Amino acid sequence: MSVVGITKVAKRYGRVTALEDVSMTIADGEFFGLLGPSGGGKTTLLRSIAGFIDPDDGEISIDGKPVKNIPINKRDIGMMFQNYALFPHMTVTDNIGFGLSVRHRPKAEIEARVTELLRLVRLEGFGERKPRQLSGGQQQRIALARALATNPRVLLLDEPLGALDKKLREEMQFELKQIQRNVGITTVFVTHDQEEALTLSDRIAIMSEGKVLQIGAPRDIYERPRTRFAAGFLGTANFFEGTVSGREGGLTRILLAGGTAIFTRDEAPEGRSVTIAVRPEKFTVGGATPAPASDAQVNRIAGRIAGEVFAGNSVTYRIDAAGRIVTVYMQNRMTERLGPDAPVTLTWDPAHSIVLED
Amino acid sequence: MASTSGRTGGIFAIGYVGVILLFLYVPILVMMLMAFNASPLYQLPFDFDLVWFKALAGNDQLLTAARNSVLIAIANTVIATTLGTLTALAFARYHFFGKSLLQILLIPPITIPWLITGTAMLIFFFWTGIGRGLHAILLGHVALSLPYVVIIVGSRLKSYGVALEEAAATLGANGWQTFWRVSAPLMAPGIVAAALFAFAISFDQFVISYFLAPVGVSTLPVEIYSAIRKGFTPEINAISTIIILASMAMMLAFARFSKFGGER
Repeated sequence: MSVVGITKVAKRYGRVTALEDVSMTIADGEFFGLLGPSGGGKTTLLRSIAGFIDPDDGEISIDGKPVKNIPINKRDIGMMFQNYALFPHMTVTDNIGFGLSVRHRPKAEIEARVTELLRLVRLEGFGERKPRQLSGGQQQRIALARALATNPRVLLLDEPLGALDKKLREEMQFELKQIQRNVGITTVFVTHDQEEALTLSDRIAIMSEGKVLQIGAPRDIYERPRTRFAAGFLGTANFFEGTVSGREGGLTRILLAGGTAIFTRDEAPEGRSVTIAVRPEKFTVGGATPAPASDAQVNRIAGRIAGEVFAGNSVTYRIDAAGRIVTVYMQNRMTERLGPDAPVTLTWDPAHSIVLED
Repeated sequence: MASTSGRTGGIFAIGYVGVILLFLYVPILVMMLMAFNASPLYQLPFDFDLVWFKALAGNDQLLTAARNSVLIAIANTVIATTLGTLTALAFARYHFFGKSLLQILLIPPITIPWLITGTAMLIFFFWTGIGRGLHAILLGHVALSLPYVVIIVGSRLKSYGVALEEAAATLGANGWQTFWRVSAPLMAPGIVAAALFAFAISFDQFVISYFLAPVGVSTLPVEIYSAIRKGFTPEINAISTIIILASMAMMLAFARFSKFGGER
């Protein structure tokens, strides 16, 4: 398998910058997600790796060798297209065998490989069907089998689950990851769906406006987003703007506009204006008169319930606190319901106050 | 209630279709029958005879015209289908300077009356020294049928997009393999339909052929027209019968082919 190197890649269409100074290294066997809004440059990057787009600047390499002058059909990649692009006039067998057939492999070898792949995607016995006789999920698995047939060095997936309905998508997420693990192929996939990115990827690159904002494991990006965009695009976040007003007891104190002070473990120079992000599930909601401050190492602000959305197993509260609306997720295991306008206290660990870079 | 009105509706629909078929086919059937009737004046009782087919076999003028028509139609089909398919491919898959202008210029020849196109061609061919003759007729027919081919093949190309060709490339196929294994089979129903159109346009063409045919040279429609003016003979029924049967056989073959080659 293979390593994909992307170094300072740029692509412009007239005045529009599709990619700007994009660099990343995708490790051998890694399942790497490109996540971002549409128009963020992720598809442009994927198509540049495939060879459909020639970057204006920078270098893309596979196993250390630049691919700039290698045409698409010699790049040794497997690609799964958004709408699968199965050949409608060929059977499933001929679709899967296409890559080997154009390489003039012997018939017996092609047959054996097709059988093996049909077993891998659990569609034995579907070989003689035409793509239109298959369901969406089956077509998706055939497209995957076809992309894997030639044992390519890199697998590229363009919105792999985008065309499936929700239930099927969840099933296929699991299956796709399983197959990728078993085959051990270096995989790059594009998605705008944060949940898909979180569940499938070993690492994620968050892209916006042609730039890479952050690269890291899903958990790392979720727990330590560096920018407002990353915090808001991967998951939900509450933002508090304030000014650093000193350090005490190993914590940095941030003075919010309304005079409330909150604390963070992160360090920041005194006097600087900063934005703090706190994930909605990190809060604990308590009654109006909190237990005496036995533990000073906890953030505590007072607020009022402004709204509630009940979702069965969890409840989303909108709480008016410190001069803003704070979103809070709670597991549904409170004994009494917090009514509208009820005074509450929000507490959270300073470790969950993340100082953002912008 | 609903079922009764449904039934009357059904009867009406069948009757409606029946009347249309009657108007379309009765004249043709009468003509075909009369080709086998001995009487030159269409008198009944019907008296089966192949006399008009025998007469046709001796009518060199009509046969030469028919041969000209078939040859020109075949040549036109080959040339117009090839050029038109390549043009449609270029329009669908490549970006080049002046593309939209060329695409727009393709439409007016379809709407300009053939009489005017014919006159313009006659003047232009005379002026440039191309002159009149079978070559000029062929040139005219190609020019007339090209837009139809481009539009028919183009709409087929648009219907399946570039993704399949891109997929073939990622799987290792070179341009040639992609064309023969992916593009061509998918385009085939469109190409066949376009070819039939090109053939029909040329074979039916009267106006352009009439204008561009010099004295002594003619195509079948032109010859039939002048024969009618001189005085109708049932030989024309005979040759029409042959042509109708041939074209029906062709259409049936196409219907079968498109069922095999087409998808969806």
